Amino acid sequence: MTEYEPVIGLEVHAQLITNSKMFCSCPADYQSAPPNTHVCPVCLGLPGTLPVINSEAIKKIILTGLALNCSIAEQTKFDRKSYPYPDLMKGYQISQFDLPICYDGHLDIDVDGEARRIGIERIHMEEDVAKLFHRTEAGSGEGYALVDVNRAGVPLMEMVGRPDIRSAEEARQYLVAYRSILQYIGVSTGSMEEGSFRCDANVSIRPKGVLEYGTKVEVKNMNSFRAVFHAIEFEIERQSKVLNEGGRIVQETRGWVEAKGETISLRSKEKANDYRFFPEPDLPPLIVKQSWVAEIAELLPELPIERRVRFEDELGLSPYDAGQVTASPRLADYYESVIQHYIEINGPSGTIAKSAANWTITELGRLSNDGQIPVEDSPLKAEYLAELIGLIDQKIIGTSQAKIAAESMFTTGKSAKITVEELGLAQITDSSAIGDAVREVIEANPSAVADYMAGKETAAKFFVGQVMKVTKGKANPTIVSELIIEQLEAKK
Amino acid sequence: MTDQLQRLTEDEVRRVAKLCRIGLSDEEIERLRGEMTSLIAEVSVLQSINTIGIEPTGHAVEEVHSVMRDDTPRIALSVVDVLSNAPRREGDYFRVPAVMDNGEG
Ligand SMILES: [Zn+2]
Repeated sequence: MTEYEPVIGLEVHAQLITNSKMFCSCPADYQSAPPNTHVCPVCLGLPGTLPVINSEAIKKIILTGLALNCSIAEQTKFDRKSYPYPDLMKGYQISQFDLPICYDGHLDIDVDGEARRIGIERIHMEEDVAKLFHRTEAGSGEGYALVDVNRAGVPLMEMVGRPDIRSAEEARQYLVAYRSILQYIGVSTGSMEEGSFRCDANVSIRPKGVLEYGTKVEVKNMNSFRAVFHAIEFEIERQSKVLNEGGRIVQETRGWVEAKGETISLRSKEKANDYRFFPEPDLPPLIVKQSWVAEIAELLPELPIERRVRFEDELGLSPYDAGQVTASPRLADYYESVIQHYIEINGPSGTIAKSAANWTITELGRLSNDGQIPVEDSPLKAEYLAELIGLIDQKIIGTSQAKIAAESMFTTGKSAKITVEELGLAQITDSSAIGDAVREVIEANPSAVADYMAGKETAAKFFVGQVMKVTKGKANPTIVSELIIEQLEAKK
Repeated sequence: MTDQLQRLTEDEVRRVAKLCRIGLSDEEIERLRGEMTSLIAEVSVLQSINTIGIEPTGHAVEEVHSVMRDDTPRIALSVVDVLSNAPRREGDYFRVPAVMDNGEG
């Protein structure tokens, strides 16, 4: 059987965060608006109307281009793309054909410790389409659709990646990294669930060592990062099977069906010239001044990769930990805030960077998964996590008690001190109370005492376990060990 | 000029009609074969212009450029106005025939 190499390129659409639409002044926040209330003659495509470019959208796409190492076109223009479907009332989409605003960029990712540079062919500006709701007539069973035009005309940025991706995991990581950048620079919410961030994948395979590309298939309808991964995996396997059985790959568009875990054929891809692109006569060309690009460049914040490196260098985090806590800008803010609060309460510390990372990634990560709520949005505030870590470091509570406290705080939002008090989690450090427990355990286990006397040092460990059991894990383990040895030695 | 150009074939007219989502009768197709052929002939006059050494223009209006507006939202139309031209509606939505997965965007 031939061994195949996958060749994958992603096309990612992201809505830009603006107040108004791309070519008209209708409000752009369509998510919560009643149907057809953010609509005007321009986005309805009524005759005689003229589009006007939203400067904020252009600023944000340039910012994106700069963050992705793209060249910014000095001269750019818009084009009409024929689009004969009812979700764009005009019958065409205003997009960009041969002069995209941003071109020739790249994105660096890290896959299993190996640095990979994935090219970006272009990032261009276009408009989103209306929302269609598919319905079936009760009597006749005839299908029809309802149209809500609110989303039509919302600024949409399309990034076309180069076919440099070689596995489903690389594709997933590339997409995660791209979204993370958009969120860091504040141009898009990047929500796949809400549809503000959508990905299509071009997938082909070729025998290993062959340079020529195979026939590519476009995969759509992937609504999560997981779906992107699984759909590409499926497609690679499906194509390999077709070729190994002597078949031929058909150039087509396929849709990912989540419930079945497979892709199905949607339609044969129309030829590119069926879009019949031509320059948009209603919009004059756009000349992007270098001085404006320079101004926008000033707005670039610290990017995920820069923040990751800073966390590694300044805080001594491992690349893994640094990658995890910088996954989203808000999580990274949360993490940094935990450290700040900790230092405010307890003073400088050599261990807080690592312990704050552990808590944020592992413990809160688990609670976040279970509760389906991002760590940074949970009721557990950064300052209270700092307080909780402080209590551990001061040996007021043990790690297992702290986990119980964190779980409670994650839903109640109460402070660490109040939680520890309310749940009675504080360690017992009172020597006389611990001494009583030790005495009780020693008296109840004469055979273990005999073992100890016979020189079996491990018997002491048995007593520690027993005392912790009696005190429900709250006794300070150091004091427990000391008192056990003291009382046993006294018996000699 | 017309007689120098090959007449459009029936299939070519059908294809354009399909792309425009227009239904045509056989008679109309026959008529359009002639009309569209002469239209193309008219426009093909442009082919005779010598463009060697002339900079390409990206747009018909080169003097006007970079017109943009501020990102300020304005009140849109009322739903009543929005739907006033709708051939068919259901609640506050336009109602249209079933759409195949268009998958574009
Ligand atoms: Zn509008």
